[in-house]
Parts: sequence; structure tokens; C-alpha cells
Amino acid sequence: MSPRTSGTVRAGQYAALLCYLAFLAFPFLWLISTAFKPARELGSLHPTWIPQDPTLDNFRQAFDEQPLLRAAANSLTAALCAALIAVVIATPMAYVTARHRGRLSTAATGWVVVSQAFPFVLVIIPLFLVLKYLHLINSLWGLILVYVVWSLPFALWMLAGYVRAVPPELEEAAAVDGAGKARILVSVTAPLLAPGIVATALFAFITAWNEFFFALVLLKTPEKQTLPVVLTHFLGAEGVADLGPLAAAAFLATLPSLVLFAVIQRRITGGLTAGAVKN
Amino acid sequence: MPRRRLPALATAVTTALALLLAGCSGDDGRGTEADGTIRLSFQSLAWQKESVDANKQLVREWNATHPDVQVDYVQGSWDNVHDQLLTSFEGGEAPDIIHDASDDLADFAYGGYLADLRTLLPDRLTEDIPRQSWATTTFDGGVYGVPFLQEPKVLIANTELLEASGVRIPTPAKPWSWPEFRQVTAELTKKGTYGVAWPLKEPVSVTLNLGLSSGGRLFHRGADGKVTIRFDEGDGVMPGTVRDQVVSDRSAARPSLGMGGSDTLPGLFGGKYAMVPLGFSYRQQVVEQAPEGFAWSVLPVPAGSAGLAQGVSPQTLSVAEDSPHKKEAVRFVDFLLRPANMVRLAKGDWMLPTGTEALADPALRTTENGWATGTALARALRPAPAQSVRGYPEWKDKVATPALQEYYSGAIGTAELRKRLVEDGNRVLARYQR
Repeated sequence: MSPRTSGTVRAGQYAALLCYLAFLAFPFLWLISTAFKPARELGSLHPTWIPQDPTLDNFRQAFDEQPLLRAAANSLTAALCAALIAVVIATPMAYVTARHRGRLSTAATGWVVVSQAFPFVLVIIPLFLVLKYLHLINSLWGLILVYVVWSLPFALWMLAGYVRAVPPELEEAAAVDGAGKARILVSVTAPLLAPGIVATALFAFITAWNEFFFALVLLKTPEKQTLPVVLTHFLGAEGVADLGPLAAAAFLATLPSLVLFAVIQRRITGGLTAGAVKN
Repeated sequence: MPRRRLPALATAVTTALALLLAGCSGDDGRGTEADGTIRLSFQSLAWQKESVDANKQLVREWNATHPDVQVDYVQGSWDNVHDQLLTSFEGGEAPDIIHDASDDLADFAYGGYLADLRTLLPDRLTEDIPRQSWATTTFDGGVYGVPFLQEPKVLIANTELLEASGVRIPTPAKPWSWPEFRQVTAELTKKGTYGVAWPLKEPVSVTLNLGLSSGGRLFHRGADGKVTIRFDEGDGVMPGTVRDQVVSDRSAARPSLGMGGSDTLPGLFGGKYAMVPLGFSYRQQVVEQAPEGFAWSVLPVPAGSAGLAQGVSPQTLSVAEDSPHKKEAVRFVDFLLRPANMVRLAKGDWMLPTGTEALADPALRTTENGWATGTALARALRPAPAQSVRGYPEWKDKVATPALQEYYSGAIGTAELRKRLVEDGNRVLARYQR
């Protein structure tokens, strides 16, 4: 490929990337714009990106009508606990699955594939009954348990990829130097897995943070409801919505994920790369 | 495992199972506190601020005057309400009093999840609500909900454009006929303005409900109780008019066929559409979003051989069959739906009450914001044609929605529409009625 062609191709690639980014960013930017528009601007035939008469009324109304802070605290508790527990369980499982190939590894992979094939609606009734027997209906711990179980297969899948990317020779070298199994895991394998663990935890966190249906069905009292459930209180029948306050509340609901991504973006990128490269 | 550990393990497992079973059978005192106070849960789907406030206030008033029966207000969500209720019913954890819509009740009623209210309802409430409204919640002779709020379709019009054109302004006493409506929209259509915008993203229920005005029913129940689909002359009037407006006259905006109701409002405010057929409660959005000085009016939708008849699926209050306190739950429903309270709920939701006494309230007879037009239509409201038909959701999604979308856009003609709605439709219904 000549340098000239290469330059053209590169320009084309950047253009495609720019289009893709614009496509991805459009809904979020529109959400922000809507959140700061007064009701009359929302009904304008010629909407503008920048609100002509920006207002915080939608935020005030959203906080006034719904317990957003309490719901956010519930969501944060559920998502953090679910992410932490999922990672704590999935990490040793992933290590065993990746390092000791055999029936266990095959069975675990099969479990992952099969468990991802069931739609929510199919599992919700049996799940509800199980949680009822355990007295975990209307309990954040019940919801956390569901989130852990729900995200565990994919977390296991992700982490197993990262474990495979860590060369076994490193562990063997440590063993030759006299390190015990525990020492090897803590001092050699764990630091190398850190990016993968962070990426997996983030996946589990965001899955739980955004989840709506389980929370809707399992939590009964308003004090326990999570943010996605409370956001639907701005929606009426047949898709009618209180658009301004809904956009304001939804914008605030996306902030924790954005902050998390911003803070640990570099680690995730490293983690994803590490997981993608197989020996 | 060493043998001596087995008995200990067996004991632990048995204890765990016993605890679990104890958990399963702990329903004896459900809904009753130690001091004998009955506690009911009321899941409301009210979502607009005025409506939520009205519901909460009524619950507070009830609780203040009924210390022995306390009600907990739980705000539900229209989103996924069917699946949420189904799971709660199956798990035995459903709220005692359930707010829903009549077109969502059939499965729950036939499934035995809702209490038959016939023997529980007080005469006052039974007599206050008209028979045609009760028909929306009656399944196999049982009454499974109290219909209390309903919304007809109305035309929300740009008054300035209408008056400038010189067309006759319709009233509930003298509405437009469907041919006259077509002619009016053609007259209103000018450069940059369409006479009407039909928001037909979900075309089936609108078509069926407005089809009643010309005697269309589409679904016909035989003596054996089985339902078949027929496409008679009356069934073709409303869809034919819309298609002519879109395809032949170009007096209806084609892009609006893919829109929801709210999407058409900017076009109405901006003078792009002279009229938009919308649910009665959309008036609230008009009040909130219309630019200052925008003059708008509420007009009846066109009438046919059956007058202003149109189908509705009212909002309902039901009682769970599993509730240990059905009588008390119905007493609360009766309180909530006293005429004065029904008016408060109706105003909060910008809808019409079903109760005749509430409908007579002067607050709902005012011409302000089109209330009077709505109340004048109340007597013509009928149960939505298909709401108790088994197999209707599949017919709607797989047959009627694509067929009507293609018809309205001009891709197929009346013969093909009839063939698909009837032939394909009857095949679907037959599977549910074997």
C-alpha cells in the first residue's frame, strides 16, 4: 500500500470513526440539551441544540416529585455490592477454569453460553419464588443476589480470558524461586490480573446500575426502589412522558457511570487489551 | 467425607429445609398487624404530579378516618406493568388494590388472579357507573375491576387556522361526518400546512376504536362464544378516510403516520398541522408546551352511522384474589371513587370519570381547556372492540399492525387489507379458540 493510499485510507477511517462517535454521542447530547430546556421549548417545531432560555426547573421538578437521592443511594449500594461480590467469586473460578482445562472448563463455558440465552421474563417467576422462600423479596440483598448471579457467567468468561493472557511461565518461574501457590497468586498473578478485574467489576457495576426489570418486580416499597424504577415514574401509558424532568433525572443517573469510566478508563483499556491477547 | 459427619449434615439440611418451609407458610396473618389493624397495599399507576398528589391525598384522608384499615400507597409504573403484576400474582405477593387498564385485565381475570367483585361492590358504585363501562371489566360474567377513568379521542385544533379557513366548526351536537372531515382537511391544506396529522405509530387500537362510529366491529362473537373477524362496510370508513387524506388528497401529513401523539405537538404549535387527533389527556401537554398566545380548541372526532361512538379501555381498580381483606379493599375503592373524589382523580389525570355523578360536576363542564367537549362525548364511549378477545395481542402485532401501516401509507389497497385482517387474522384467533 502506497503512503498516499495509506493516508486516504487513514482519513477515511477517522471520518468513519467520527461518524460513529457522533452517532453514539447524539442521544446523550440531546438528553443534556432537553434537560435544560423549559417546557415551551420542548414543543418547538424547530428545536435547537443549545437551549434558548436555559433553566434548572426540570431538575427542581425531578427532585421535587421523586426521591432521586434515595433511589440513587439504593442503586449505588446494589451495584457496588453486586460488582464486588461478582468479582470476588468470579476471579478464583476464572483462574481454575483457565488454568485447569478439562471437563470443568468445558462445563463452565457451556453454563455461560446457556445462561445468557434466557430472557428475563422467562426466569423472573421461578426466581421470584426462590427469593420469596428465602425471605428476600423487597430486600436490596435479594436484588444484589440476583445481580451477582446474573452477571457472574459473563464476568467469569471475561476474567478467564484475562487469566489465559497471563503467561503460566511467570508462575512457574516464581515457583522455581521458591514461592508457594498462595504467594504466586497474590504477588504474581493478581497484579497482572488487576486491569481485567477492574474492567469486569465495571461491567458488573454498570449492568446492575442500569437494570430495571428485576428491581421493578422484586422491590415493593418506595423506600427500596432503585433509580431506573424511579425514572419510569416520569412515564405514562402509551409512551407519554414528562420529558423535561425525565431528561434531567436520566442525565443525573448517567453521571456515576461517566465518572467511573473517566477515572479508570486507562486501566480498562489496558485490561481489555490484556484480555484480548491470547498465548 | 467421614461417616460420623453425615448425621450432622443431615440435621443441618433438614433444619434449613424446615426453615424454608416455615418461610413458605407464613401467610396466616398477612396484611394484619399485631393490634388487629388491617394493612392494605394500593399500587397506583398515577404518574403526573397532580394525579399522584390527588391519589396520595385521598390515601391520607382514608387513613385518617379509618384507623382500623390502613392503606399503603405504592407507586407503580405503566412500563412493564403486565409482567410485574403477573410475577407478583404467581409469587403470591400482589398488592391488594391494583390500578391498571381494562385492556390488560383479561389474562388476569381468566387466570384467576383477580377477585370477582360482583358480590362485594356497593350498589351506589354499581349504579353510578354506566353499563357500557362495566362491560369493559366483565369477563365470563364476572366483574374484575372498577372502570373509573377514560379518555376519548378528540381533535385538538389550531383555532386560528380553523377560523381563517371559514369551515364549519363542529360540536358534539353537530359533529363532522367522515366525508365532511375529509373535505375540511382538504380545505385547510395550504402550502406548509396539512389539514390533519394522524399519529399512527400504533395504528390498531385507534382504527378499531374510531371504527365504531361507522358501525365497524371487526370482531364478531358467535352463539358458541367463538370470535371471528369480518371486515364489513362500516369497518372500512375510518381507515378509508385516513388513507384518502394521506395518499389521494395529501391533506394528512405522511410522516406523522410513524409518530406517537406527543411527536405531533410541535407541528400543531408551529402551524404545520391544523388538527391532530389525540387522547383527551394530551390537553395537559398542550397547556404546558404550547407557545404563549397559541389558540387551540378541542373538537369531537367525526361521526358516522353510529354517531360519535368510539371505543375506550378505561383505567381500572381491581382487587387481588389472594388478598385476605377483599371487603376492606373494596371499601377503600368505594371511598376513592366517591363522586367528589373521582372528579379530583379525573382532573389530576386530565381524563373523564366514568361515574355519572362525577361527570355532572361543574368543574368538568367548563369550556376551559375543552373539558365540556369531552364530557359531552362520555355517553358515546363503548368498550374497545377487541379487549376481551383471546389472541388479540398476537393478531395486533403480527397481522393488523403491519397490514394497517402498509394500508395507510398506500402500499396496499382495501382488498389486500381485508384479506390480511380477516384471513390471516382468523387463522391466528382459531389457534386460541380450539
